[in-house]
Amino acid sequence: MEHIELFFKSIFIDNMVFATFLGMCSYLAVSKKVSTAVGLGAAVIFVLLVTVPLNWLLDQYILQPGALGRWLGEEYASYDLSFLSFIMFIATIATMVQLVEIVVEKFSPSLYNSLGIFLPLIAVNCAILGGSLFMQSREIPTLGLATTYGLGSGIGWFLAILAIAAIREKIRYSNVPPALRGLGITFIITGLMAIGFMSFGGMLTGGDEEPKQEEKKAAVIEEKVEEIEKENAKEIADNTIKAVE
Amino acid sequence: MGLKQNLHNFKEKNKDKKWLPAFSAIHTFLFLPNETTHGGTHIKAADDLKRTMNTVIMALIPCLIFGMFNAGYQHHAAINGFTEGMSFFSPEFWTLDNFTLGFWKILPLVIVSYGVGLGIEFIFAIIKGHEVEEGYLVTGMLVPLIVPIDIPLWMLAVAVVFGVVIGKEVFGGTGMNILNPALTIRAFLFFAYPTWMSGDKVWVHGAVERAGTPDAISGETMLGSLAQNNEVSYSIMDMFYGFIPGSVGETSTLLILLGGLFLIFTKIGSWRIMLSSVVGALVMGLIFNFVVDSGWITESSKFYGLMSTTFWHHLLIGGFAFGAVYMATDPVTASQTNKGKWIYGFFIGFISIMIRVFNPAYPEGVMLAILLMNVFAPTIDHYVVQGNVKRRMKRLKAKTA
Repeated sequence: MEHIELFFKSIFIDNMVFATFLGMCSYLAVSKKVSTAVGLGAAVIFVLLVTVPLNWLLDQYILQPGALGRWLGEEYASYDLSFLSFIMFIATIATMVQLVEIVVEKFSPSLYNSLGIFLPLIAVNCAILGGSLFMQSREIPTLGLATTYGLGSGIGWFLAILAIAAIREKIRYSNVPPALRGLGITFIITGLMAIGFMSFGGMLTGGDEEPKQEEKKAAVIEEKVEEIEKENAKEIADNTIKAVE
Repeated sequence: MGLKQNLHNFKEKNKDKKWLPAFSAIHTFLFLPNETTHGGTHIKAADDLKRTMNTVIMALIPCLIFGMFNAGYQHHAAINGFTEGMSFFSPEFWTLDNFTLGFWKILPLVIVSYGVGLGIEFIFAIIKGHEVEEGYLVTGMLVPLIVPIDIPLWMLAVAVVFGVVIGKEVFGGTGMNILNPALTIRAFLFFAYPTWMSGDKVWVHGAVERAGTPDAISGETMLGSLAQNNEVSYSIMDMFYGFIPGSVGETSTLLILLGGLFLIFTKIGSWRIMLSSVVGALVMGLIFNFVVDSGWITESSKFYGLMSTTFWHHLLIGGFAFGAVYMATDPVTASQTNKGKWIYGFFIGFISIMIRVFNPAYPEGVMLAILLMNVFAPTIDHYVVQGNVKRRMKRLKAKTA
């Protein structure tokens, strides 16, 4: 059940493009034709699917504070290597992207040519690194869930680039004002698409949790007000005592 | 010389003026211009854009008039108490009192919507130097019908500016937009001013002003009370006739049904989209009913109220009927291919009931479901077309081989 929930959440609710606006560079640049967009989207799904679980393993057994102590012995328990996470994650991603590039070049040279520079650039696609970093910061508990999360995020990004590529093919002959042609109109479309995706915002999570937090806040504020009143009363009392003296 | 010739001469004289499109827009509203097209291919079709637009507006007029009566009725009934078991033509509903109150509340909404929207259309036509397009005629009628009755007029104006400029004009005007402009306007209002677009106060005239006073009245919609697992006091016939609180024109399923049949009869609206979205909604409703029946969801769950609603009631409550008939069938933003229309409509029904049940923040899912499917309509079309291309290639191969 939690797999399905996380899968759904990472595709629609926390969509890489429409909720966090990550991976915009290749999203904007390679979305002129549907077929290329599908190719890049598939590559991103694959890379996310592989890198997120790999990075989860790295995070669990090397990078987290005290992770080394778990399998190397007690004397390493105090080490905290989390400052290395960026470098380690990027290294994993770059390796995987190289692998994908070799495979694509071998099996689909036409796709390889149409993707051009953007295939190696997946390595610095922020959606990929974002996937790993979200995995780290959201503390996804198991390897299976990390795989689900990677797959879901990839599919979300894939859907986004697929939809915008189809829209851009549709509006190719529209009379867009000259100043907005190209990237400008694409940004506007992305914003409008994000409105469409907002239909899922707050789904599954909302309703139950928010009112409680508000109550807590209100309680805290009340306490503070009481404290302030007490202090004021004290001061007034002190002042009156002084004045009397 | 008659008036017609005078107008024509006037037009000839001012041929180079920038404001000419504005003039000819009003000119062609009533008169046929003297000039004919020169050269090139002619397409002879009975359905030009003005006929399409006017037909939809005609289908909307009953909803608008009913909305005026209903606004007055909801206001008075919330104060004096509801009448049980009214028939559609009951005299308690069709009173002059109800109509005047509704009329004076809704007329400003219509005026603001048309005034601001058409103003922008005229400005853009003059700047870009093309004829004024008829695209706003329907949008301007839809907008007052899908907002709550007490919405402040300036909010409506701001939203209309956003919807027309960002939603439509930047793409090159009528026929080029990717999202339905009326729904873009409503979505803008919904996310920018949520307190005026949802909750239990805005749907009945006067409920906001009276909140907190001893005269306070409640104006909760059915979806709102169902989402909070409350009992609903309206009968099925009330829902069908539309004697329930809601946005101005969306309540009466009966009139929407008639409007829908009219649109199908005149071949303006796509029956494929209407039918498939109803099917989609029924399927999702049946799934939820099944989940409740098999005991996976109990009364303690926050989803219980809406999930246990009998599946076909979903068609009657909220704005689903209105959205499926008037919004989803928008010929510009919907799928263009016939097979695509089935898929597009089915997902609208499916997703809108899903959002309704699962998303406590948005009790009404139709608007967002249609917007979402607007986003994916070109993708669906692309694959339907590609599928056709592939099939024909195969056929061609089989023939030549």
